[in-house]
Amino acid sequence: MKQIPAILALTILVVMAGGPPALAVEPDEVLANPVLEGRARAISTELRCVVCQNQSIDDSDADIARDLRLLVRERLVAGDNDEEVVDYIVARYGDFVLLRPPFQPNTLALWLGPPLMAVIIATLSVLFYQTYQRRRRAGTGPEPLSPSDRAELDALVERIASTNPPSPSSVPRSRFRAEIEEGLKPPPDPDDELPGADESSDNDTHAGNADTQRQT
Amino acid sequence: MRRLVVILPVLLFAALLGIMAALLTDGERNNDPSRLPSPLVGKTAPVISLPAIAENIPGGFSTEDLKGHVTIVNVFASWCIPCLAEHPLITKLAADGARVYGINHRDTAADATTWLRRHGNPYEAIGADTDARASLEWGVTGVPETFIIDANGKIAYKHAGPITPEVLEGKILPKLREAEGG
Repeated sequence: MKQIPAILALTILVVMAGGPPALAVEPDEVLANPVLEGRARAISTELRCVVCQNQSIDDSDADIARDLRLLVRERLVAGDNDEEVVDYIVARYGDFVLLRPPFQPNTLALWLGPPLMAVIIATLSVLFYQTYQRRRRAGTGPEPLSPSDRAELDALVERIASTNPPSPSSVPRSRFRAEIEEGLKPPPDPDDELPGADESSDNDTHAGNADTQRQT
Repeated sequence: MRRLVVILPVLLFAALLGIMAALLTDGERNNDPSRLPSPLVGKTAPVISLPAIAENIPGGFSTEDLKGHVTIVNVFASWCIPCLAEHPLITKLAADGARVYGINHRDTAADATTWLRRHGNPYEAIGADTDARASLEWGVTGVPETFIIDANGKIAYKHAGPITPEVLEGKILPKLREAEGG
């Protein structure tokens, strides 16, 4: 009794999956000659069922699709080649019956539109990427010092140098400038760092130096 | 240049929308299958030859019989409701002097006979196209369809779908006059 829901579910699943897709081509339509039948099937898949719009006559169960399938076979048996069969039907139903539209003046936009779009999109992508790259490259590394920054820095260095008379043991003045400019550490606030020398860490080279210099 | 990169896609999209809107709203070119132009218009009507539906119904005709006069060829079926809807107008056309031929599409003799007895038979002659083979020959996609054939046997006009008073006044009658004048 417990299995009943399971069996039911399985049945529904099998029914809904439907097995292999149903063929529209009826057995009585099929030609005895397998070569001709193969050609008929190939042609049929390229022809639109004019009342169903997006099905080929090979797929469609519509009456007219069946009629057209029979017509295709009739023409093949009569000795037409594939192209003649298709032309015969196009002469009566127009290019619309062709699922693969021909390349001709009124289908230029259809055929060339997508590649043209691809080219436009590729071009725009390259342009966007280049702009992005340029911005990113400009964004890396330190901003160059503005004139006012430069002046402030120079003043600072000047002040440190004046409180640190150069001596053979002390760090040369040029190194102060180089280190600060390279941004290894932010420029020290003179009011904060220079008097509060005790708070300076050991590797705080110039402040530490300034400290020792003052203590001596 | 940078501004172009931003504006160009917007412009392209707007252009695409414009084209789509134009195609969708243009009644003559929209995607209604009944408005598909027939490649046969302007060409000689493909040769068909049809038997009569039954002995007591005038009919059986071939393309050869149509020559010499401007004719209207109406494809109909007893099972087709729009055919019934347009039937009074077909009848009126015939009463006004047009030579109207009928192609009885995918029908049985019994059904067609009953239908014609009930609704009247305005047709000069009716050909029974039981297997729709002749309809295929003429590029018929469904019923009803109406052809105007000029005196030389050329298809002057084709209307797919039922004839309404608007279609009659706006399309059929002008094309009929044109074919008769030319």
